[in-house]
Amino acid sequence: MNVDATLSLPTPPRRSLSVTTGRDRVRKTKQWLAFMLLRGAILTVAAALAVIIGFLLVNGLSSISWSFLTEVPRNNMTEGGIWPCIVGTVLLSLGAMAVALPLGVASAIYLHEYAQPGRLMRIIRLGVNNLAGVPSVVFGLFGLGLFVTVLDLGVSLLAGWLTLGVLCLPVIIGTTEEALKSVPATYREASLALGGTKWQTIWRVVLPSALPGILTGSILGISRAAGETAAIMFTAAVFYTPKMPSSMFSDVMALPYHIYVLATAGTEIEKTRPIQYGTALVLIGLVLGMNLFAIFLRAWLQRRGKR
Amino acid sequence: MRRSTREILIKRAFMATAVTSLAVLALIMVFLFMEGLPAFGFVSVKDFLTGMDWYPTDEANPAYGILPLIAASASVTALSSLVAIPLGVMTAVYLAEIASPRVRAVVKPVVEMLASLPSVVIGFFGMVVMAPFLQDYFDIPVGLNLANAALMLAFMSVPTIASVSEDAIYAVPRDLKEASFALGATHLETLLRVTIPASLSGIGTAVILGMSRAIGETMVVLMVAGGAAVIPDSLWSPVRPMPASIAAEMAEAPFRGHHYHALFATAMVLFLVTLSFNILADYISHKHQQTGSASL
Repeated sequence: MNVDATLSLPTPPRRSLSVTTGRDRVRKTKQWLAFMLLRGAILTVAAALAVIIGFLLVNGLSSISWSFLTEVPRNNMTEGGIWPCIVGTVLLSLGAMAVALPLGVASAIYLHEYAQPGRLMRIIRLGVNNLAGVPSVVFGLFGLGLFVTVLDLGVSLLAGWLTLGVLCLPVIIGTTEEALKSVPATYREASLALGGTKWQTIWRVVLPSALPGILTGSILGISRAAGETAAIMFTAAVFYTPKMPSSMFSDVMALPYHIYVLATAGTEIEKTRPIQYGTALVLIGLVLGMNLFAIFLRAWLQRRGKR
Repeated sequence: MRRSTREILIKRAFMATAVTSLAVLALIMVFLFMEGLPAFGFVSVKDFLTGMDWYPTDEANPAYGILPLIAASASVTALSSLVAIPLGVMTAVYLAEIASPRVRAVVKPVVEMLASLPSVVIGFFGMVVMAPFLQDYFDIPVGLNLANAALMLAFMSVPTIASVSEDAIYAVPRDLKEASFALGATHLETLLRVTIPASLSGIGTAVILGMSRAIGETMVVLMVAGGAAVIPDSLWSPVRPMPASIAAEMAEAPFRGHHYHALFATAMVLFLVTLSFNILADYISHKHQQTGSASL
């Protein structure tokens, strides 16, 4: 916005020109100040993340060793490693994904490819959105009531898979829908024009091109499940178990629950601090690593899509 | 099988799967009510919701009043919103309107990573870093309190608020902003008088979703809020929000005893609160859907 350009002939009195620029300067200054404030906000957010990660790195790195990662806890969990927790968390989150992925992808396919806008679709969407908003402790109680008690699975991997599976369902549905949205309509039209049925189009054309996006979503889902604590407290995770999981009816130890237990309920909270830091570092390494991978994958896909 | 029959069957199968989410939501409700409603056999609804004493484990004279828990949840959520709303909305405005593509490519993953931090890690951070810090700096008896929990929760709801509002701000039609620029407004004036008013319903949705996340968040309040079931009287009061109470006591509550049912009834209250927040958010975002410049 060049003020001078608008002032062609006749030349206005000098005074009015200087008044205008003076007010403009105030407006510009105000804008500069406001934008600085906004920059301050994002710096605060970034600083929060940096402080949390940095703090865990500084305190946790010294606990990480090969034996910490591969040994079992000893001496009332005051010594030894966290191997059973790593195994438990990996099993729990992969199993949860095995539950959530087929259900979530199929739901998203229905919502994006089949459903006509209307009441049913509106209600299903409302259901998905509300499911995403259910507090994790309520999922825990639900899992305790249905899977552990009524279906009599006990505190077990299976009960944890089902609980975490429904908890991750909205994540998978959301990301899969995004992936389906990014498949150009022309792909579908080309397949239909060749005489493919709706299902053939989805199976042979739409899903293959949406696959990387769905993969991104499932990585995000796994990382969500891996960090979840309240939902597995009553359904799958236990304080301590000397056995490694042998079947899907075994109870397991898990990284997030291990942190919580050691930090709040242990008899020697101060003494086990290094283990707590180390466990927390392993957990965020796992979760943030998967997230970063998903973020890069998505960025790469977007670049590829533009070409 | 004929091709068209098969197609119809496939469509039906997908529809049936898509209803799973609804079914799960319904099942959650059924189970909460099934295990929660028996609580009102030994305590009246009024006493339950407005009772000042929560002593569920008292042998002689147990009391099941969750008002202190409700007050704790409300105060923690309100306080965390004071931090999270400005921070989240400002982040969203910056990302959607001001950041260059290169800055955006860095900041957006930062917000997403903050969103993905496991709540138990944030709770742990609040316990071992923030609590001693508050204790020393403000010279207070306990660092695990309302203010600490609210601050930790704020960092959990900022990403929700930021990403939902960013979408809303991003969706404001370009011609509206260009019209404002053409009238000589600065970028800031355009933001304050055109872009933000036009995306206000989306920002409202974001705020409600962020608050709903804060109300239901469990691990942070379990680890950081202090755990005293009393009505808070200052920023530094230890409190016991509803999710913390449920998570902490469920393991010890005798199966299908009074305490167990009272905890399920608390979860019922919590569920109904978050459900109504989410339905409200959904209603706002549909009612005031941004449709070009028509809704201005």
